[in-house]
Amino acid sequence: MQVNPWALTSVGLVMVVTYYLGRRTSRFARSTHDFLVARRTVRSRRNAAAISGEYISAASFLGVAGLVLKEGADALWFPIGFTAGYLALMLFVAAPLRRSGAYTLPDFMEARLGSASLRTLSTWFVVFIGILYMLPQLQGAGLALMAIMPAPAWLGSVLVTVVVAINVMGGGMRAITLVQAFQYWLKLFAIAMPTFVLCVVFFGSGGSGSAGSLGQQPPPRFTDDTTVSIETDVVLHVDQPTLVRVDDQETVWLPGTDYPVGTGTELFFAEDARVPVVTDGALTNESWLRPTEDATDLLSTYSLMFALFLGTMGLPHVLVRFYTNPDGKAARRTTVQVLLLLGLFYLFPVMIGALSRMYVPELLVTGNTDAAVLKVPSAMVPGVLGQILVAITAAGAFAAFLATASGLLVSVSGVIATDLLAGKVRDFRVATIVVAAVPAGLAVLLPIDDLSLTVGMSFALAASTFCPLLVLGIWWRKLTWLGAMAGMCVGGGLVLTAVVLGAISERTGGWAPWFIHQPALFTVPAAFLFTIVVSLGTARRVPDDVNAVMLRLHAPDPLGFMRDRAVARFGRAEERVRTGRGRHRK
Amino acid sequence: MTDDFYRSVGGIREPDPTLGKSVQPEPAPEPVLPEPEPPPRVRRQRVVLAEPSRSAGSLRARVELEQQTSWGELLIKDLIKVQLRSGVALALLVVVVLGALPAAFFVWPAFTDLRFVGIPLPWLLLGVAPFPLLFGVGLWYNRLAERHERDFVDMIEN
Repeated sequence: MQVNPWALTSVGLVMVVTYYLGRRTSRFARSTHDFLVARRTVRSRRNAAAISGEYISAASFLGVAGLVLKEGADALWFPIGFTAGYLALMLFVAAPLRRSGAYTLPDFMEARLGSASLRTLSTWFVVFIGILYMLPQLQGAGLALMAIMPAPAWLGSVLVTVVVAINVMGGGMRAITLVQAFQYWLKLFAIAMPTFVLCVVFFGSGGSGSAGSLGQQPPPRFTDDTTVSIETDVVLHVDQPTLVRVDDQETVWLPGTDYPVGTGTELFFAEDARVPVVTDGALTNESWLRPTEDATDLLSTYSLMFALFLGTMGLPHVLVRFYTNPDGKAARRTTVQVLLLLGLFYLFPVMIGALSRMYVPELLVTGNTDAAVLKVPSAMVPGVLGQILVAITAAGAFAAFLATASGLLVSVSGVIATDLLAGKVRDFRVATIVVAAVPAGLAVLLPIDDLSLTVGMSFALAASTFCPLLVLGIWWRKLTWLGAMAGMCVGGGLVLTAVVLGAISERTGGWAPWFIHQPALFTVPAAFLFTIVVSLGTARRVPDDVNAVMLRLHAPDPLGFMRDRAVARFGRAEERVRTGRGRHRK
Repeated sequence: MTDDFYRSVGGIREPDPTLGKSVQPEPAPEPVLPEPEPPPRVRRQRVVLAEPSRSAGSLRARVELEQQTSWGELLIKDLIKVQLRSGVALALLVVVVLGALPAAFFVWPAFTDLRFVGIPLPWLLLGVAPFPLLFGVGLWYNRLAERHERDFVDMIEN
């Protein structure tokens, strides 16, 4: 692989601009209130851009195109679910959550249900979900850096961690708001511009890619004699007898058999050979073009929709941005704009995914489909222009890693600093270092999975733990902290069991049925059920101030019932400065 | 100091039980004037809410809400109900429309062969159409919710 100087420059630029903007905006960050919620002064338009920027993670920027390349029409549910999650959030959570005056998710739980043990349990779930979500971001950074220069996989992860940690330590939420808003527009440009150019090239060449047009029924073909080196273990299958040279040994692969290929193997295909596809991908273009036609896939699609629709509202880094709005109405308006911004963005990765099926079919063999966005431009447009396009998409990809990782870092360190430490600015910084170090270490050590699938699991976990608590907590007076705890334990426990079973089944022959891989369809109702039943059983524990809290959550903003729990606990920024100065004078 | 301020704004007489751990010890039950006129408070009023001066009637309604009289409780319960109802209705609309798509593709496979301007219909229905739908529903809900809140505030103020 040769170094792409354009891409290196653009990635470096993104890092520098990110650092600069963070530095500039964090000059005024002094108090805990700044670090946690940016003093609740972020207007809806900027907050919407920041939320979208934070939300378009590696899984969206790279993963969606990769899944479209591999699975075709079925993968289109991912962008729909990612966006629809915000509608659910808006309908049931956004404004009341902001009016609660909470500054973290565990703080909301305590404000509503008045239980310290529930607060502690939610703290650990927030930390766990945050780290689970941060992993694929950092691994994606490693993968993206490998695609543009010969670098070890850990280098990208470490670079992103360092830049993000420096920013967050400098100003917390205050520092990352403008950065994330900027990164949304950067990402939109970085995916839209190459898509336009590639579409022009595509239609200019007569609407058929080098690996065959999508209208043809068989799988894509190799256009040249191609050598593919496998970087992670894959299992391949073919639809016709195909001549393959595996490490200088000629064999014929037959349809209907799975061929496991180990890491480091080199496969050689002659010109015009059919492209084999990893087992979970769509083999022929015909099946790729159609949505699923068998019943288990249908259920699995529904389960995925369920997880994404309800999981967004449980993601701590998404919620933490809603606390920065000035009031409940602004929180709602923010969400409407997020729906627009996300919908605009997701049109493009789908198109890139479809183009990559025609131009870079070798990714189907290596299983490294997440690299599609980074590989297509140079495969379609040779020369400098192609390299510049790669540079633009690489910049967008890094913006995605940086934005999401910084949001996660702020939310998790905010929770740790206020719940496990004393909540001073110094505690926040200490928490940031710890929270940054753990996922970076894990990202280096653990094997790389499909980006969107790992993210899918975090959505399922969020949907089965925090979603029932938020929805019931906001709309149902009879919720008790015991019920909330039971629901969270049952939902979270079931999802984690499914994760473990899925990992075991992958190593012992893949016996697991679909609901092990997409458990939300069962775990979310189970969590709701347990929460409701246990709450009804412990009706004596309904908090005494439930009416006052409900009033605060739902009374319109102009009535002024809202009170800021962060100010109540940590004091207002100006006051702290003033008292500090006063003490100094004495 | 800070929770003192909130009591003056919302008219709450009791301090919140979750507050006050890290706040400076202040004589808690200090009687507070409902009108935020005293000079030292003027500075802070600007930060949290820019309220116009309220009439005595609206203040009484506010206090009734705050003190959870049966009337106040009824009012806020109605607001919660109407907000929840519009939220659930719109969520159902979206779930039914989007949820029908996989079932439609499953039941009528021929449906998936239809094309529009050369692009297979499922790709348009899944890749493009949901986003305007979601945004539209979002806008709609925003208008509904803001109207409910405005009505509620008007009712309280008069």
